[in-house]
Amino acid sequence: MKGRIHSFESLGAVDGPGLRYVIFMQGCNLKCKYCQNRDTWDIHGGEEYDVEEVFEKILRYKNYITPNGGVTISGGEPLLQSKFLIELFKKLKKENISTCIDTSGNVALTDEIKELIDLTDLFLLDIKCINDDICKDLVGVSNKRELEFARYLSDNGKKMWIRQVLVPTITDVEADLKKLSEFIHTLNGVEKVEILKYHDLGKFKWENLKLKYPLLGYRTASEEDVKRAKRIMDFDM
Amino acid sequence: MDFKQWTGFDKSGEWTKEIDVRGFIQKNYTPYEGDDSFLEGTTEKTKKLWDKVLKLYEKERKKGVLDVDTKTPSAVNAYDAGYIDKNLEQIVGLQTDAPLKRAIMPNGGIRIVEKSCEAYGYEVDKETDYIYHNLRKTHNDGVFSVYTPDIRAARSAHLLTGLPDGYGRGRIIGDYRRVALYGVDVLIEEKKTELEILNVDEFTEKVIREREEIYDQIQALQDLKKMALRYGYDISVPAQNAKEAIQWLYFAYLAATKDQNGAAMSIGRTSTFLDIYIQRDLENGTLTEREAQELMDHFVMKLRMIRFLRTPEYNELFSGDPVWVTESIGGMGIDGRTLVTKNSYRVLHTLVNLGPAPEPNLTVLWSKNLPENFKKYTAKISIKTSSIQYENDDLMRETLGDDYGIACCVSAMKIGKQMQFFGARANLAKTLLYAINGGRDEKSGKQITPRYEPITSEYLDYDEVIEKFDQMMEYVAKIYIKALNAIHYMHDKYSYEALEMALHDKDILRTMACGIAGLSVVADSLSAIKYAKVKVIRDESGLAVDYSVEGDFPKFGNDDDRVDEIAVNIVKQFMRKLQKHITYRESKHTLSILTITSNVVYGKATGNTPDGRRSGEPFGPGANPLHGRDTNGAVAVMNSIAKLPYEYSEDGISYTFSITPSTLGDNGDTQVKNLVNLLDGYFKQTGHHINVNVFDRALLEDAMEHPEKYPQLTIRVSGYAVNFVKLTREQQLDVINRTIHEKF
Repeated sequence: MKGRIHSFESLGAVDGPGLRYVIFMQGCNLKCKYCQNRDTWDIHGGEEYDVEEVFEKILRYKNYITPNGGVTISGGEPLLQSKFLIELFKKLKKENISTCIDTSGNVALTDEIKELIDLTDLFLLDIKCINDDICKDLVGVSNKRELEFARYLSDNGKKMWIRQVLVPTITDVEADLKKLSEFIHTLNGVEKVEILKYHDLGKFKWENLKLKYPLLGYRTASEEDVKRAKRIMDFDM
Repeated sequence: MDFKQWTGFDKSGEWTKEIDVRGFIQKNYTPYEGDDSFLEGTTEKTKKLWDKVLKLYEKERKKGVLDVDTKTPSAVNAYDAGYIDKNLEQIVGLQTDAPLKRAIMPNGGIRIVEKSCEAYGYEVDKETDYIYHNLRKTHNDGVFSVYTPDIRAARSAHLLTGLPDGYGRGRIIGDYRRVALYGVDVLIEEKKTELEILNVDEFTEKVIREREEIYDQIQALQDLKKMALRYGYDISVPAQNAKEAIQWLYFAYLAATKDQNGAAMSIGRTSTFLDIYIQRDLENGTLTEREAQELMDHFVMKLRMIRFLRTPEYNELFSGDPVWVTESIGGMGIDGRTLVTKNSYRVLHTLVNLGPAPEPNLTVLWSKNLPENFKKYTAKISIKTSSIQYENDDLMRETLGDDYGIACCVSAMKIGKQMQFFGARANLAKTLLYAINGGRDEKSGKQITPRYEPITSEYLDYDEVIEKFDQMMEYVAKIYIKALNAIHYMHDKYSYEALEMALHDKDILRTMACGIAGLSVVADSLSAIKYAKVKVIRDESGLAVDYSVEGDFPKFGNDDDRVDEIAVNIVKQFMRKLQKHITYRESKHTLSILTITSNVVYGKATGNTPDGRRSGEPFGPGANPLHGRDTNGAVAVMNSIAKLPYEYSEDGISYTFSITPSTLGDNGDTQVKNLVNLLDGYFKQTGHHINVNVFDRALLEDAMEHPEKYPQLTIRVSGYAVNFVKLTREQQLDVINRTIHEKF
């Protein structure tokens, strides 16, 4: 079984608990205007790796990522390569390595996806925007499946961290943040809610691909913006 | 033996019958697994005293040195008592009769003393100068009277570098604790017994030498007592409380620094030993926690004030004038109990109370089994001060037991039972260039080694290079050991460390501590030759002066076995070659991969290398990859370095790691947890040593522009810490240009 991978990061400290080996999968089904990994969209890009090969790479870091950390699969959209991840996660489970997927959850809940969910210890669930009109404009698709995905995780006892990228004037509307907060309150298993500041550090990747950066003219989010959002959402974050 | 000063101690076991400090510790110490909440801040006295010291520092910084006694050659009892402020000091004793006033130590070499004095506008007293030029031979004279032309050539071409032939070898740790536990008289009696053991029928050269050494040791102990008496203390008997224990121990260490200007004057493993006395006083109600911390603060203040008179070249080599007052903290006992005590916290807490500082060189002996609280505390202090180094206790305990200490940066030795002959290092990057050029120097074109067949092909062939490199390493190993034998023979003869050796057992293990510089440059060069195409560029005389690399190649520091194995092999091969040669006093060959900050100076003396490194550019420090070559993050670097075989490099493998706070995590707690996990991981991976720096590049850049804002900014470089603002601009840039990880 082969998977298409954009890149590896030998350890990250901000994508899940503890120190984590991070794999960026290639290919995405969304078109987020603020995407900081524009080069991960193309499902034919990246490089192909065997499950075994990736597993071996991870094992080199086992001493650092156990017992408190683990592996985080990011992207791209990892759920597009669920077969590959099912095989990989089965192997990781045997080594007691904790698994985590960073996803928008914007996929259909097939049996295969459900099997993968079962093998995943933690989800970093990126809710693009609770306001569906804004969501469609910002990422190109409706949030319907995302929210269903969240509900499924909740109903099946999975742990998740909810993430909201804060883009000033787009995803920081007070009413929407309140609605998001209400939605999160209906979910079980939410361990953490993270407000991520929108930044444009990935802009150069668009430029490298000779593409126009869609959020030109939008300002990046500040610490103040985050404080305000937290106040509105009223979570202990 | 029994003394009233031992009241309350568990006297079972051997420690009351013979000199056995470890036995005493094991019977009497109290492991501590709690957190740091018991720690106390500075007292009024500490504040006032430290203020005075800081003012002296400032004066010293402006002048280079504060003052020099240019007449009196230093010796254990050469000077009157000196004080900073007698009314404030809880722990007394200075190297000379005034704070920060430096002494001359001409037994090492009179010319060095002259040069050091001149550099700061002083002149050696005429009479003293006359004596050392005409009547008393020095270590330096001795070495140069036997050096052969091949050694001299290798030395001036920087093939062998930093040899201790003009300065004190250091790296000897006296067991200063013995003085506190037993008092000096017991130690003198012990030495007299040893002398009697050496009253044998066959008066061989070995016996005669040992008898003379022990006689000198007894003299040094007598002098130590006299020195303490000048300060009003009779240390012929054991210390009776915590204050005395610290004072006795410090006097012993101080005496060593009056006797020797060693390249590293490390103090050993003292904090847990001292905890026993502090704990006894706390339980008796004769001492409060606040007073205990005050004693430790004052003790550490004294250690921060140790100074030697050195030449500007020496300071350039080592970045400032380090003393390496290395104190080894924590670790685990072989019975499974932790050796962490409350005093392990107190000594680290001085970094908070007095602010960060390069000295003493606080070294945490890390074990996966250390109490979690202590792990977190050390990580917290690292993040705050960048002043701690960590070494793998689980690795070292296997061969060294649980009462070893670190000399200098990474050299582990059993306290009081082992010493080393410090051997600086061989420049293997240059060795590789000599292999290509048949022993001609790539910069001067001079023939430095005997004539070897140079490589003449347009492109370098891996097998041919390996074969020639092997021959050249063979040659370097040979003259290297020759040089070291000469140096240590003469050091013993003309500048014997009588006081430090008096605090050792009679029969000790001696190691011949060789070293490698430029490991990652050689590994990358060989990798380039093997995996890319390397074209040689020669000048009109046929000398290879540059290389052009076509294609990419694996680079050391990325957890890529293809090149990491090359590095591992170089270490093994060089060690095996050293082992072929007979060493002075049957010392055991060891090896270190440690450059301190001399990676800058060695790099300067080395031409273009086949990995694309430009002539004059610094090497990576210690075992670090060349900066900029590690593109897979910090943990990949750790894995590469952890592959280097400790069994072949028991004198230490140094890694300097720098990371920005935000990469470690988004808040203080997470940063601490992640740093703990990282250290646990690195040491489980069998890494040996790591310096941890946590700072932003911007901070260092600001400190370069505005040094006055950062008088105490401390950073770890390979094996020890330096005061950043005291570095030369070149060294500052080297530090800033090194990889500061913004991702793992």
